[in-house]
Amino acid sequence: MTQTMMKTDFRREPVYIAVLALLLIAGFFLPSWLRFLLQTALAGGLVALGVAIQMRAGLVNFGQGLYYCLGGYAVGLLSAKLGITDVFVLLASAVVVALLAGALLGLLLARYREIFYAMLSLAVSMILYGVLVKAAALGSTDGFNVPPVTYLGWLPEREIRADVVYTLAAVLVVVSCLVVARYLRSGAGMLCEAVAENEIRLEYLGASPKRIVFFVIVTAAGISGLGGGLLAISTGHVDPLMTNWTTSGGFVFVALLAGRGSTIAPVIGFFLLELVQTYALDIAPNAWQMILGAVMLAAILLLPGGLWSLIDRRGKA
Amino acid sequence: MLKFTAIMLDGLNYSAWLFLVAVGLTLIYGVMRILNIAHGAFYAIGAYVCASTLGLYYGAGLPEALAFLAMGLVALIAGVVLGLAVERGVLRFLYGKDEVLMVLVTYALFLILGDAVKLIWGVESYFVYQPYAYFGFVEIGGLPYQVYDLLMVVLAVVLGVALWFWLERSRMGRMTTAVVADREISAAMGINVKRIFATTFAIGTFFAVVGGAVTAPKIAVTPGIGVEVIILAFAVVVIGGLGSIPGAAIGAVFAGYARALSVHLAPEFELFAIYAVMAAVLAVRPHGLFAKVSGRKI
Repeated sequence: MTQTMMKTDFRREPVYIAVLALLLIAGFFLPSWLRFLLQTALAGGLVALGVAIQMRAGLVNFGQGLYYCLGGYAVGLLSAKLGITDVFVLLASAVVVALLAGALLGLLLARYREIFYAMLSLAVSMILYGVLVKAAALGSTDGFNVPPVTYLGWLPEREIRADVVYTLAAVLVVVSCLVVARYLRSGAGMLCEAVAENEIRLEYLGASPKRIVFFVIVTAAGISGLGGGLLAISTGHVDPLMTNWTTSGGFVFVALLAGRGSTIAPVIGFFLLELVQTYALDIAPNAWQMILGAVMLAAILLLPGGLWSLIDRRGKA
Repeated sequence: MLKFTAIMLDGLNYSAWLFLVAVGLTLIYGVMRILNIAHGAFYAIGAYVCASTLGLYYGAGLPEALAFLAMGLVALIAGVVLGLAVERGVLRFLYGKDEVLMVLVTYALFLILGDAVKLIWGVESYFVYQPYAYFGFVEIGGLPYQVYDLLMVVLAVVLGVALWFWLERSRMGRMTTAVVADREISAAMGINVKRIFATTFAIGTFFAVVGGAVTAPKIAVTPGIGVEVIILAFAVVVIGGLGSIPGAAIGAVFAGYARALSVHLAPEFELFAIYAVMAAVLAVRPHGLFAKVSGRKI
């Protein structure tokens, strides 16, 4: 426990406020392609954070893309098919849909641990993928477009639309990270790590690992759903690739690389992954996956403690 | 009636194919505790190597009947070389790491090998239909059926029995079983665990490559064929219980018939059907049909 209490400076609120300020200021200076990348990375970063929360409880979810996709499609369907365009209603429903799915699947998945948890969650996400790919009404593999959103009845002019979405995404993501950080510091959050350490002892102490795991699954589902909703609004498009296992694999990689230092770390990690992906695609259109795979291998071999361990190591020395 | 025959035969054929692609995965997991996502890439490489070899073979005008020998030989060489290269080159540095981390490592390998295939063979499709057409048709219950597809069933059974025989009857196989039971005690008894690992990985890779090689004449060999395979093989292996070879056989039959049924009755649910079977099995037997029960440790 002393370990977690030690480096408080990276976890406390001022850090999050500083990050938010930095993001908002950067929004004005970054070239539009980079800001767009940052924005999609913010959305995906939330999903990576969802994976990271589960990792604290010793669970690796290889199908977190499921909730990402559900959140995205919830926003897409409500706006494109039902004509609801208010951003707050849309995002709230993305979260609710993901929470419900998480609660339903949580009943099943909370029984599993280790590799079975990983593979079963992968299987469920691939079922959704299979269904969406065959659903011609939802555009099959192409997905469909999501119309521009309104803010409590205000539709921003075309020129500033991207600015508004970016600002909203930055605020929501940083606030979510902060809330999750507080949760992880709370008693319930600390119990997650105890589940990973030793479940039986935890039971002897009177806590229910199954209930803790269930709660973790549902929480992770909720923030991933928000991430999916934000992506749908940011890119104006959703497709089944959001729940493909390659997408989920990326989230796991980022969560692992981000380590346990801070809830902001998965978001930064996901941004770096997106950057690597973009540059790799630019340099070698036929071999970008090879570059990505090589970077992954190198990161796993050379940074077993995650990116955060670089900072930790410096702190200890 | 004709539909029933078709479902029975297709089910058998799918089962054989699924067994071939899944058994290597379960073998490697059982012995090494590595859930090898790169298995799908091995399958794809098997298909490409077979397609290229046969292309050269027919181009040289060699006797058609011996093409199958060439297929087998090339699959053997490719499997052993590829398996040893990956095991010696990457995996051996990572033994003892967390299982989930190994999944990510093999996922990275899958990405790398997938693009390597594209760089070597390009992105256009390869067709080698000759071996598939060679045997012609046989009529079963009024339904003309490809003999090649039936021979695949024979091949799966033969290779499955051979693998079982190796594990149960040969010296090396018994040692491998001992490593599965307890890695450290086996090492203490003088078993060269590293060699067992390398051998197992090569054999597992060989199965994936064979799976790809025998499938190549039936399909257009294009980039991306490995992805579907790995997803299916996972389902098969999980149904049977990770690490169990009889489990892989039973899982292949379950998944094979689920697929055949859905292809003939409700084609839109093909992938869904296999996963539905998997979810149903896991709801009853949480760790697969043939999984060993393990106690909880304090």
